[in-house]
Amino acid sequence: MAIVIFLTFVAFVLGLSFYFGAKTKSASGYYAAGGNIHWGVNGIAFAGDYLSAASFLGICGMIATSGYDGFLYSIGYLAGWMVALFVVAEPMKRMGKYTFTDAVDAKFNSKSIKLMAAISTLIVSVCYLIPQMVGAGVLVQPLLGLPHEIGVIIVGTVVIIIVATAGMTSTTYVQFLKGGLLIVFSLIVTVALLVRGLSTRPDQGGKVPFHVYAELVTTTVDGKIIPADTAFTVSETKVVKDHTFVKLTKEGKASWWMNAERDGKPVLQECQWESQIPGQPKVVNGEAGGKLRNVGSLRAINGDASAEAKTGALGPFSFLSKIGAKDTKVDLWKFSKFKDASGAEVSVHYSYTTTGNKILRPGAKFKIEGTWLERLDFISLMLALFLGTAALPHILIRYYTVSSPAAARKSTIVAIAAIGFFYILTLYMGLGAMVNSVINPTENNMSAPLLAQTFGTFLFAVISAIAFATVLGTVAGLIVASSGAVAHDLMDRFMNIKMDEKQKVKAGRIAALIVGVIAIMLGIIFKGQNVSFLVGLAFAVAASANLPAIIMLLFWKRTTSQGIAASIGVGVVSSLTLIGLSPSIFKQFGLDPASAPVPFDNPGIVSIPLSFIVLVVVSLLTEKKEHLEH
Amino acid sequence: MFHEPAQKSGKDPATPYKTRIGMWMFLVYALIYAGFVAINLISPVLMEAEIFWGLNLAVVYGFFLIAFALVLALAYNHLCGKREAEFAANPTEEVK
Repeated sequence: MAIVIFLTFVAFVLGLSFYFGAKTKSASGYYAAGGNIHWGVNGIAFAGDYLSAASFLGICGMIATSGYDGFLYSIGYLAGWMVALFVVAEPMKRMGKYTFTDAVDAKFNSKSIKLMAAISTLIVSVCYLIPQMVGAGVLVQPLLGLPHEIGVIIVGTVVIIIVATAGMTSTTYVQFLKGGLLIVFSLIVTVALLVRGLSTRPDQGGKVPFHVYAELVTTTVDGKIIPADTAFTVSETKVVKDHTFVKLTKEGKASWWMNAERDGKPVLQECQWESQIPGQPKVVNGEAGGKLRNVGSLRAINGDASAEAKTGALGPFSFLSKIGAKDTKVDLWKFSKFKDASGAEVSVHYSYTTTGNKILRPGAKFKIEGTWLERLDFISLMLALFLGTAALPHILIRYYTVSSPAAARKSTIVAIAAIGFFYILTLYMGLGAMVNSVINPTENNMSAPLLAQTFGTFLFAVISAIAFATVLGTVAGLIVASSGAVAHDLMDRFMNIKMDEKQKVKAGRIAALIVGVIAIMLGIIFKGQNVSFLVGLAFAVAASANLPAIIMLLFWKRTTSQGIAASIGVGVVSSLTLIGLSPSIFKQFGLDPASAPVPFDNPGIVSIPLSFIVLVVVSLLTEKKEHLEH
Repeated sequence: MFHEPAQKSGKDPATPYKTRIGMWMFLVYALIYAGFVAINLISPVLMEAEIFWGLNLAVVYGFFLIAFALVLALAYNHLCGKREAEFAANPTEEVK
């Protein structure tokens, strides 16, 4: 049933594209939907554009594994809309025609601005495309049983068809439909979650028996750990950082355990594990080709750790207060990798217990109590989230699909209402996944759809189809923005290639195809990264490259075309360089993160002010020259 | 489908007013957002403090930032719409 619902949804989206495709004849229709979309529809389409894979998959996944720190993304993303509404919405509509470049270049008609703004649009769009494509791969795996790479290729192909056929009109209606459905079905999942309540033995509505992880009492003799249960024998001990893992054998079967303490007594705690000798099939929990169990559960609710502890239906506030209580205990999971004595690559997934009050406050992921550099990294992230929204090309182009500046303002307010409501739901869905044993230990992006699955296959299929459409819609919007940058900004306005309306649309479609293929390749390379983290980086690039130009153009009369071009260029180069040399990217490519030359992951705190400074300095240096020229 | 006729936007005499109140509202929101980030950095333990109905400061402040965004947005739209209507009714009025 899941596959049928999913395929029906995708077929409907494609049908919509072909329908609008037949009507799209002009450049205005292709890039800006003719400027005649109603502000209410555009507002929900904004929400559809914005509630991408990062919001639905990434934030819920991050909340499921790190608690409140994931919700910080929701807060930052929503706050960014205030910049969009109060500073950017109406001026962008007044100044622009089809693209971000049109707006920043409206006053100057400068070749250098056209070039830099088009390059910036392309780079930001590609940065934002990566997490969407990663999300696509993640979704298709459990739904259709296809590998990540195939999922990425399917999404890429479908989106290229959507964009290449109809451009902004079909993208808008796909986003409207998907944005509305995403909010409605997320609300349904949240209500179902509250009705179910909390339990220390979550069994997914009776469908999946809760696995109780065993603990063996141990003694230590001459530094050797010995389990009290003599049926187990220790065959290997491995120390990885602060943890000691022990391989036990019982009746010829091996398993990995972790040395720990429970109520002050030493115990060995049952783990999940994957082991692979090169050239042989992976062994998971002792089975060749097996699968890890999903994880995440409550060990105690308000101090009650009994097997029967459950709350029954809860209200929205009591749900949060129970999870966030000091005497509530949550079991979360981490993993360690090492080589065992036989030379096999082993990943051991182990649980650790934390209290509810630590789950519902910041600090589980972001080291806000760490070194000053780690704190700076946090400020940098929050700054980029706040300033990035109003600089995203696929968001900015949506201001051109409505008829007037007032309509642009109203559609932004509809978007704020829809997005704000959805972000409140992310906290419930993320925490729901955390305590309902639905987190895949190797990949947290699927937490929300897997939570939906515990309420039935239908809900899982619909939520997955919507999540897939989420990716489709956002990728489509990004590709429209990119194709506009290439065909309209670069070919038409920068290179002055003479094209009639039909040729402009054709150029946009070819550009969409090329950008789509690049997106597919990057989606495969970045497999495994949390999609919200990747989007956070795209926000930093957008905020560094585009926002200083928009703000200063609007509020500083001495801004020059050279200042804007230099600011965009420096913003792009500095943010990308800082990201490329950051610990996370080193880790992604198998290098030691500690050896990364840049000690933080989020570049905004350096690159955004730098871009502003460059704009001011270059504008002051070129001010007289430009006045003379004009 | 809802469609409005495409129209070219002419000169809007309410623009200076809208820009001014937009900047003030932006500053108010930015200060409250900065306060949220500052508490997280300076005293993250404070975020555990219970405020009401068993909800801690982290949840209450986070929800408030989301709800307040909508309240400010609606207030901004009301003020902008009112001024636009005034100019539409009396096109010769000077920009205040």
